[in-house]
Amino acid sequence: MTIALEEFARRIRLSSLDLCHRKRTSHIGGALSVADILAVLYGGIMHIAPDVVNDPARDRLFYSKGHACAALYAALDIRGFFPTGALQEGFAVDGSNFTSHVSHRLPGVELSTGSLGHALGVACGSALAGKRRNLPYSVFAVLSDGEMDEGSNWEAILFAAHNRLDNLIAIVDYNKVQSFGAVEAVMGLEPLAGKFRAFNWSVIELDGHELSILESALSAAKVSRQGRPHCIIAHTVKGKGVSFMEGQLAWHYKFPSDADLHAARVELGQL
Amino acid sequence: MRNTFINTLCELAAARDDIFLLCGDLGYSVLEIFADRFPKRFLNVGIAEQNMTQVAVGLAREGYNVFTYSIGNFSTLRAMEQIRHDVCYHEASVKLVIVGAGFAYGPQGVSHHTTEDIAMLRAIPNMTVCAPADPVEARAAARFMASYRGPGYVRINKSGEASIHDPAISLNFAPGRLLPVQAGNDVAILATGAIVAHALLEVRAAGKSWSVYSIPFVGGYDPVQLREIAQAHGLLVTLEEHQLNGGFGSSIVESLSDMYAVGSLAIMPRVKRIAIPNCFISTAGSQDYLRATAGLTLASVQS
Ligand SMILES: Cc1ncc(C[n+]2csc(CCOP(=O)(O)OP(=O)(O)O)c2C)c(N)n1
Ligand SMILES: [Mg+2]
Repeated sequence: MTIALEEFARRIRLSSLDLCHRKRTSHIGGALSVADILAVLYGGIMHIAPDVVNDPARDRLFYSKGHACAALYAALDIRGFFPTGALQEGFAVDGSNFTSHVSHRLPGVELSTGSLGHALGVACGSALAGKRRNLPYSVFAVLSDGEMDEGSNWEAILFAAHNRLDNLIAIVDYNKVQSFGAVEAVMGLEPLAGKFRAFNWSVIELDGHELSILESALSAAKVSRQGRPHCIIAHTVKGKGVSFMEGQLAWHYKFPSDADLHAARVELGQL
Repeated sequence: MRNTFINTLCELAAARDDIFLLCGDLGYSVLEIFADRFPKRFLNVGIAEQNMTQVAVGLAREGYNVFTYSIGNFSTLRAMEQIRHDVCYHEASVKLVIVGAGFAYGPQGVSHHTTEDIAMLRAIPNMTVCAPADPVEARAAARFMASYRGPGYVRINKSGEASIHDPAISLNFAPGRLLPVQAGNDVAILATGAIVAHALLEVRAAGKSWSVYSIPFVGGYDPVQLREIAQAHGLLVTLEEHQLNGGFGSSIVESLSDMYAVGSLAIMPRVKRIAIPNCFISTAGSQDYLRATAGLTLASVQS
């Protein structure tokens, strides 16, 4: 990885905006909130690269918020997992594997998602296998805040702690907005850190847009194997980086118009 | 269809105070009209479909007729045992209303393809499965479910569908009925859900004088009507936006076979079932593209 994290995150945002604009797809808000998290994971934290996607020793990422596929696809694209131009040409196009929820038919994607609340349980199984086989890999799960409503997540949270899955790192993209309202209005999660702690997880709360803080927290979690799974609660802003999208429920649905894309590019310094 | 259904539900809720609507964090720009008008009979339960179904049963026990709203698989497959045990076994007045039937959310991928729901729900005793074909049927489905006591399922495509029925003609919209959309001969197309409109276009474009029936309620067919249709045509073709195994076409074949077994049909008619060939279609694609990829077309039908 040669580009700096900040530039990586900026390119994830620009590419996500471009994809949603081009194919008129939804969910740009959740792509922008998770961009910094993905930049840090794919910018050096995870042992993963196009040539090791089948390596048993690779780190695994299970991306639960499959609707925010644009950010994951963009990150993988920038890291060279797809042939040049394939994503831009294929995204949400008839017959292509780039569905607008994350697809495991694509290189580098461990699990198709799109129905919320599936990835953490699968990540637990993967982490359990790592333990049983004594393999050193780490398992990451990127979750959204809205999907913490799902009971399946809480079953997995119990399971991970009971089975001492300290090779598991869950990152919650806590952007405070879900599909039909603010998280606090629909189904409050607070105290979220307290809940994870009560379930015997090791928990860190941080600003999910501070790249250096994210980086040090994730690298510390990765090497700390003390019998507890790790939860990083990343406080984020839905639509982060594009002022008129920030915190706005509408940008869970709307796609950027030509003018929106232009304005966003100006804000992100591309124009 | 989606807006027609919810608008009708609002009209009905104004007249009957037992209608309650729950949603699983979905319905932006669709459910607000209900939520704003009837705030005491609306709740977003969050992204928790299993719990939504259970809460619905609790409300139903207290006398409400509860509608739940979500995208296809989330409130059906995800909550299957709640549906079987809490809703159906207890005959609770819970109506599962979903959007995104079949490939309606095409490019979104397999998670959003609602293609096994009919088979799974029709297997459960006490469940009334309804797949309206157009806004006229969606309106009738809302009315039916508002007055029906017991478990129901309404499978809605999405929005913007054209009407296939003449709104001036009153529909005999009830379980068991096969609704004639176009009278013809030789071949009878029996279809359920939004794909009826597609079948009608195909038949017309091919210049065929085949009969087309819309069958909004899956299972429990009127034996007299089914026999008449079987006897009047040389070939029956079932069409659905759903897997082949256990779906709507299977339900028609089962009914015909049961009639034949007890002698109420003298000969077993020829039935061609058109459905998704028991596979996942994992590529992106519009609804039309995915229908074509899955072979949901009448092109291979010979009279
Ligand atoms: C099981 C399930 N229920 C409902 C949905 C529909 N849905 C898509 S995104 C979303 C919520 C988005 O909010 P959040 O989980 O907070 O994601 P983010 O804010 O990161 O976009 C919902 C309810 C779904 N995909 N899966
Ligand atoms: Mg959120």
